[in-house]
Formats: sequence, structure tokens, C-alpha cells
Amino acid sequence: MNELSALPQHTTQMMLHTPFHSRVVEACEINEWSAWQGYTTPSSYTNVEFEYFAIRSNTGVFDLTPMTKYRITGADAEAYLDRLLTRNIAKLAVNRVAYIVMCNDAGDVIDDGTVFRLADNEFRLCTQERVLDWMMWSAAGFDVEVIDETADVAALAIQGPTSCRVLRNMGFAGMENLKPFGMQTFEFNGARIMISRTGYTGDLGYEAWMAPEQAESFWDALFEAGKLRGIRAFGSEALDIARIEAGYLAAGVDFVPAEQIVRNGRGRSPLELGLGWLVDFNKPVFSGRKALLKQKEYGPRYRFVKLSVEGNKPAEHSFIYCRGKAVGTVTSAGWCPTAKTNVALASLEMPYGRPGDELEAEIYYMRELHWTRLMAKCTIITKPVWEPARRLQTPAPDA
Amino acid sequence: MTDKKYDAIIIGAGHNGLICANYLAKSGKSVLVLEANATVGGAACTREFAPGFKVSAGAQWLYQLNPTIVSDLKLIAHGLVYAAQDLDSIALNPNGQQHISIHGSHASGGDLSEQDAHQFAALQGQLLRFVRVLDRVFNRRPPKLIESDWHDKLTLARLGIDMKMLGKEDMSEMLRVGLINIYDLLNEHLDNPLLKGALSLDAVLGSHMGPRSPNTVFTYLYRLLGQHYRFNGPALLKGGMGQLADVLLHSAQHQGVEVRTNSAVITINLNADSAKSVTLGNGDTIVANSIVSNADPKTTFTKLVGLRNIEAGFSRRVQVIRMNGNAAKLHLALEGLPDFTGLNAQQTGARLLIAPDMKYVERAFNHAKYGELSPAPAMDISIPTVHDGSLAPAGKHVLSATVQYAPYALKDGWTEAQKQLAQKVAIDTIAQYAPRIKEQIRAAEYLSPADLEQQFNTHGGHWHHGEISLDQVLMMRPTPGCTQYRTPVDNLYLCGAGAHPGGGLMGLAGKNAAEEILRG
Ligand SMILES: Cc1cc2nc3c(=O)[nH]c(=O)nc-3n(C[C@H](O)[C@H](O)[C@H](O)COP(=O)(O)OP(=O)(O)OC[C@H]3O[C@@H](n4cnc5c(N)ncnc54)[C@H](O)[C@@H]3O)c2cc1C
Repeated sequence: MNELSALPQHTTQMMLHTPFHSRVVEACEINEWSAWQGYTTPSSYTNVEFEYFAIRSNTGVFDLTPMTKYRITGADAEAYLDRLLTRNIAKLAVNRVAYIVMCNDAGDVIDDGTVFRLADNEFRLCTQERVLDWMMWSAAGFDVEVIDETADVAALAIQGPTSCRVLRNMGFAGMENLKPFGMQTFEFNGARIMISRTGYTGDLGYEAWMAPEQAESFWDALFEAGKLRGIRAFGSEALDIARIEAGYLAAGVDFVPAEQIVRNGRGRSPLELGLGWLVDFNKPVFSGRKALLKQKEYGPRYRFVKLSVEGNKPAEHSFIYCRGKAVGTVTSAGWCPTAKTNVALASLEMPYGRPGDELEAEIYYMRELHWTRLMAKCTIITKPVWEPARRLQTPAPDA
Repeated sequence: MTDKKYDAIIIGAGHNGLICANYLAKSGKSVLVLEANATVGGAACTREFAPGFKVSAGAQWLYQLNPTIVSDLKLIAHGLVYAAQDLDSIALNPNGQQHISIHGSHASGGDLSEQDAHQFAALQGQLLRFVRVLDRVFNRRPPKLIESDWHDKLTLARLGIDMKMLGKEDMSEMLRVGLINIYDLLNEHLDNPLLKGALSLDAVLGSHMGPRSPNTVFTYLYRLLGQHYRFNGPALLKGGMGQLADVLLHSAQHQGVEVRTNSAVITINLNADSAKSVTLGNGDTIVANSIVSNADPKTTFTKLVGLRNIEAGFSRRVQVIRMNGNAAKLHLALEGLPDFTGLNAQQTGARLLIAPDMKYVERAFNHAKYGELSPAPAMDISIPTVHDGSLAPAGKHVLSATVQYAPYALKDGWTEAQKQLAQKVAIDTIAQYAPRIKEQIRAAEYLSPADLEQQFNTHGGHWHHGEISLDQVLMMRPTPGCTQYRTPVDNLYLCGAGAHPGGGLMGLAGKNAAEEILRG
């Protein structure tokens, strides 16, 4: 037997296909592909605006199989995650999901993601990056098994105001009663699939998790059920607009994952990413605790802010100024079509971003090879510009 | 729970733990020392290994005990008595003649050329100038890599000045040789294979390195520290190395230190980020303001604190500390004084080295690299009974030898059969130099690193509680993020050989740690 065959697939094959690939290829009319954690996935299927509006007005479907997934089992699974993650996992009930970050000892964020409690001693951790080595190092001293199940679990995000209706049409009775950050197992095609009320679009939406063998028939049934509800597959570009509108961070974009950093001081702590609420200092130990306690006492180095930017030109990669001094940079920006707001996420040096600080973004944009520079006023906003009530309503409204 | 709260609890009564206890108590602290074994001293111990035959069952030679400690703690007054001092090291020639004697910086005998003798003295002279610089750094806590305070900056500045004071030539030579291997260095200066073999053994004893491993000039300098401390050769204590333990215990008790043996600490208990107490095997929990561990860093964090109670990055660093021992001990109870070909009775009491040339030592290491026994090991032999009749019945003798190499992670495991084989190989090797010795053996004992691990509660049975390699010394000892005797756990300190400057019966780790604890 070839020794390579023992290695995870993503380390031996150039571009992997997800179990939905046959359907994705068919739907990807404009043939725009990009690489995502070793998989080939569409950046857009047809037209980014169409896809985005499907998310906001109907149902958008996104193949999130390449999202890194780890299965954590064993008597110490909970204790292990409590040391790995900054949040209190003991408080996470079975069939509940939590947004999480994990830090290194310096308190810098290695990755963000979600953790699913499948049973008392069984969890799924979804992350943006591949962080298996960190997870294995963290496992020393715990009775746990950690396996990368990325390729073993096919997953689709089903997002938008009609998403609940579509799933009910598929036969998932009682879907409307699933609470945000809850999950439930259903029968499909004689197999069990798991559906969670989670997502990355800031709207009503679900994620379905299944064995790869179920993928194609699930996709077919889903699109059949959504035919009259404007269902449409969307790619990473539409997703990016939606997540900026919802104010969600992206690893590798809004912060550099700590394990990839080579230059001292380029990492960001949860406190510096506006994620202090994810840190539970009442836990006696978790990676990053000591550094974060110190940071809490002496103050973080950076402040992460959401900005409403004057005008409609995206402030991509802009410097942010405060009374003529460059005090930070924009990490993500975009015009939000539904909220009709020009939004930017930015990292500012402390103490800037205080109430009363007048901030400006230096924006460069080009029209027909003509570059224009403008200084746009920015206002710090604390709430996401897109936060529809249905996102949190149970039973989920029918549309 | 015992009611009394101590200023400090020291886990382990190795010489470093006892020295630390002495210094703390001298400054008025209430100190409790908890030792797992029935006797104190750690690897500084004397043990009866056959009826009537006693041996220094761990360290056999005293050659670098820090003189400041001896005088600070008035160890002579407390009963430190030498059986022999300033002994020669004799490099045994396999031809049974032409052995070479080394006394401090002077070598003579055999076929050693005048030029080599001269070159050797000059080389030692230069290396000793480097050692003086190192000594200044070893005598205090190491500076930190980042966030240095004024104390650390001073240490660094002094190091800089000391190096400058060496003069341009010496300074650049020190920087050049600091990182290279002893094989190249000795070849640059000397011709005589036997002399080079013996010196190269000094550079690798107790380590997982061969003469051609980078870093072995540094370990040689480390060994030479003894000469800087005015040991013109190794010494033997009356009654064996256990006497050092007794003397340190005596002076500690005189200072009011409480010492309990047969009291293994099972856990160090934390309250969030801070060490609060220790729990013993019998369930007793004892609280203290400072918990000081003389156990090696891996044992301290893996077993006592628990890896799950420290952050993952640090846990990883602890796990990758290199500390698999590669030296074994051989103890022989002998019916009479062994007859080493070409040595007189008095010479038999010297330090006898089996390392006929550097390639021999390197070849012995090759096997160890792959987890195998060396068929021709290098050895450092002592026959203490030549100087000290108290160790064996009249007319009988004891031979103690460090056998280099014997890998902790032996491929086939340290089974009884492997141990028998290793013992046979070691005895056969000695018999090449003392042909009649086999007939004289009344009892024999072979301690593999796995045995040493068990007897001294030291992970890997490692001589230094962690390799003295450049990535594990100074501010990186035992590991980055855990330096200056402190650890990521507040109020938990390290005072053993795993801390700066390292192992050997030197005592500086214990002394420096006490100073750091007293600093608060
Ligand atoms: C084979 C061998 C030969 C050597 N030869 C020489 C030599 O000739 N000359 C020389 O100078 N050096 C020699 N050394 C090195 C020297 O012996 C050591 O570096 C030195 O003894 C280390 O001293 P220490 O006090 O730091 O630790 P140790 O002597 O190892 O003492 C640590 C103590 O802590 C105790 N302990 C550990 N865990 C616990 C616990 N949980 N609860 C309570 N107590 C605990 C142990 O039982 C032990 O007594 C040799 C080492 C070895 C292994």
C-alpha cells in the first residue's frame, strides 16, 4: 500500500471536490472557481448581486463542506474544549451551538468558529483554518480523541427568509421550532442528517450536516422544495457581502490567525477584535488566559470597530485618520445593498475610536483608469446594520 | 489539611532542593522539604548495593560544587570531609601501556608529545578564560530575552563587558567555538588520539551528544567550571556522595528547615493561575506561599501540576524538553583491587577513562542515536575504596562507572535481558583493561536510565534534568516562558538541575532560585 494513502486527502490531492460537486458544477454557469482549504469552490455561480439577493429575499444555498470540522470525543471532551477555547463550554447544553475563538498563550486569536455539542462527551468544532496540530498539542493530558472529519461530513448553508419554509417543504416537520443556535437530527432518505439553526449571513438560516453519500440527493430535494421560493446557490463573493453587512469577522481577513504570524505583534486578542464577550475569566485555565488578564488590566493595544462610512465608495484597505493622524486600517469593507449603508470593519490603535473621536477613511477608487482619492467621514456603529427580527424569532416566521 | 502554612515548600531533597532550603531559611523563611525517597540527596547519595558494599549510586565525582555555597552554608563546619581531592584522570590506552594522566591543565605520560602537552595547557588556559565569563552568568539568574529589567540589563551589560575584557582575539575565538563541536576543536589543537578521546568524553558525559555534535564545546566549558572553582581534578567524599546530602541536611536542620522523607508530592494544587498547596500520597494537603520544585521540569508540570492545568503552548514546550538520559551506572562489588594493566595500586584510585579516541566515543554514540546499546561504550570509572575503606569490608573494593551511552528509549525496551546484556558489555569492556576483574566480581548492579528515572524520580533519568544544549540553556532553560526560576504558574518556582545553569553537583540552581524567591 502506498504510504501516502494514509494521509488526509487534502494533503495529497491538488484540488478536492466536495460531495456536492456534480450539482455545483451544473449550477456554476460562469465557471468562476476559487480555492478554499484545498477544495475547489465557486466564487460565484451566476451573478453576485442575484446570489446576494437570494440570501436576503428568498433562500440562498452555500456549499460549506470545505469548512474545517473536527470531532472531539472522550471522557474529557468538555474539559479539553474548556481549556482550548475562551468560552465556557461546560455551560453549553447538548444540541446547542456556540460561536467561539481559540487563543494561543499570548492571547492572540488562532481562529474563530463554532462548536456543536452533539452529546455529553461528543462535540464538533468548525473552524476556518486547519488547526489540527494546535488541537493535538492541546490534547496532552486529556482523555480525548480529536479527528479531522472535514471530508466525512458534507454541509450546506441554507440561508434567507424562506429557508425555514423550504426545509419544511422538504419534509422536515417542526423546523420552525428550532431555536437559534440549536440543532436537531432528522431523517432523510433513510439516513440521519443534522440541521442547526446557524449561519454566517446574519439572517434566518440553517446549516445541514450529512454523510457525503446523502449530498447529491439532499441537494436535489432541497432545490426541488425551493423551486417556488426563489432558491439559488451562492458563492463566496455573495457570502462576503452578507457577512460584512452582518458584521461578522473573517479569519485571515480581519485578523491574521496567530499560528500563521511571523512578525511580532501582528496578532490580535479577542479583546482587540470586539470579542471580549467570548472570554470567560472565571474559568481557572484556558490558553491565553494569563495574557488576556494582563491585557484586561493594562488595556488592549487595538480596538476593533464597525464603521458607517459616508458615501457609497467601499473603504477597502483604507487608512483611518483621526485629526490628520493615521490611527488604523480597514480590514473589510463594502456597500451593503439591503441595509443601504457603506460599512467598514477596522482595527484602530488604542485609544482611538473613543466617543467623540472624528474618524475619516482615506478611500481610493478608480473609474476607467482614473483614480480618485477622497476622505470619507466615519461613524462608529455598535449594532450590525443588518439584523432582521426573524433571525432570532422562534417559531421561525414563514415567508 | 495541615494547619501550618509555610513560607516555602520544597518538593525534593536533592542537593539543589536542600541548598535552596538552606538559603531561604537563612533569610528567616519557614521551609518544609518533602522528599519522595527514604533518604535525602537525590542523585547525591550513598547506597549499599551488595551486603557490606556501598557506592555513590548516582553522581560519583565531586568536581564543580560552587565554593561560595560551601562557605555561605559553612559546609566544612557541618562535616564536609573529602576522601580524596584533585585526582588525576587517566586515559586508558587499550595497549595496556602508555596511559595518559591529566591533572588540571597538565597532561603527561604515554606517547604524548611535548608539543601536545604544551598545546593542551594553552587550550585549557584559553577555555578557562571563557569559563570565567560563563561563571558570572551562571552565578545569577539568567536575563530574559525580552522585557529585561535593570537587573537583567546589568547582567547582559556585564556579560558584554566580560567578553570585551577578554580582548579581541579571545572574544572572537569564544564566539567562534561557542557553537561548534569538541571533535573539531580538539583536532585543531591536538594530535594525540588518546588525549583527545578522553577530553571528548568530558564534553559528552551525561548528554545525548557525541563528540561531533554541535554544542559540545559549550558542554566542555560547562564541565571546566569545576576547574574554575579550584577543583584540580575530581574529588571523593568520605562515605560517598551521600555525605554531601547529610551535610546539607544537617545545615538545613540547623537553620530550622523541616525535612520529611518518604513524602512524595502527588499534586501541586492551583487556585486559577497560582500554586497554593501540595498534596502528599497519604492525602495530606499542605499550604505555602511559595511552592518550589526540585523535581525536573517535565515531572513538575506533567505529573504534579498536570498538563491540563497549564496553557497549551507552554504544555507543548514542556513536552518537547529534551531530557532522555543516555548514561547508565555500573556498580561492582570486588573481592580485591582490580589490576588495570599498566597502573599501580595508587593510580587505580584515579579517575579512569575508557575513550581511546574520539571516533570510539562517536561510534558508541551512533548506536545510541538509533536506540541501540553501544557494543563498545565509553566509561568513566571510579574505585573509591582506594581512598575510603568505609565503603567495603576490609580488603574488598567497589567499582562505580558511568557508562556512556545507554539510551533511555532503548529500541527493545529495558527488559531484564537487555540489562543483563548491557551489564555484560560494560564488564567486558572494563575487562579489556583489567583482564582479571571478572574473577573478582562478587556482585554487580547495572542501572539503566529507566532505573535512574525510578530511583531519583527524574524523567528520562537524565543527568542534568534536561540537555545542556544551546536551545535549553540560559534564558531558554528549561524552556522559553519559564525562566529565572519562575514558571507560568504564579508562586511556583523551579530550583533543580532543570533550571539555569543546569545539573551536576554544583548547587547554583538551588542558590539562585532562593535568591529569586526572596526577591518576591
Ligand atoms: C548516572 C549519573 C551520574 C552522574 N554523575 C555525576 C558526577 O559524577 N558528578 C556530578 O557532579 N554530577 C553527576 N551527575 C549529575 C547530578 O547527579 C545531578 O545533576 C544532580 O544530582 C541534580 O541535582 P538536583 O538536586 O537538581 O536533583 P536530584 O538530585 O535529581 O534530586 C531531585 C529530588 O527530588 C525528588 N523528587 C522528585 N519528584 C518528587 C516528588 N513528587 N515528591 C517528592 N520528591 C520528589 C527526588 O526523589 C530527588 O531526591 C550524574 C547524574 C547521573 C544521572
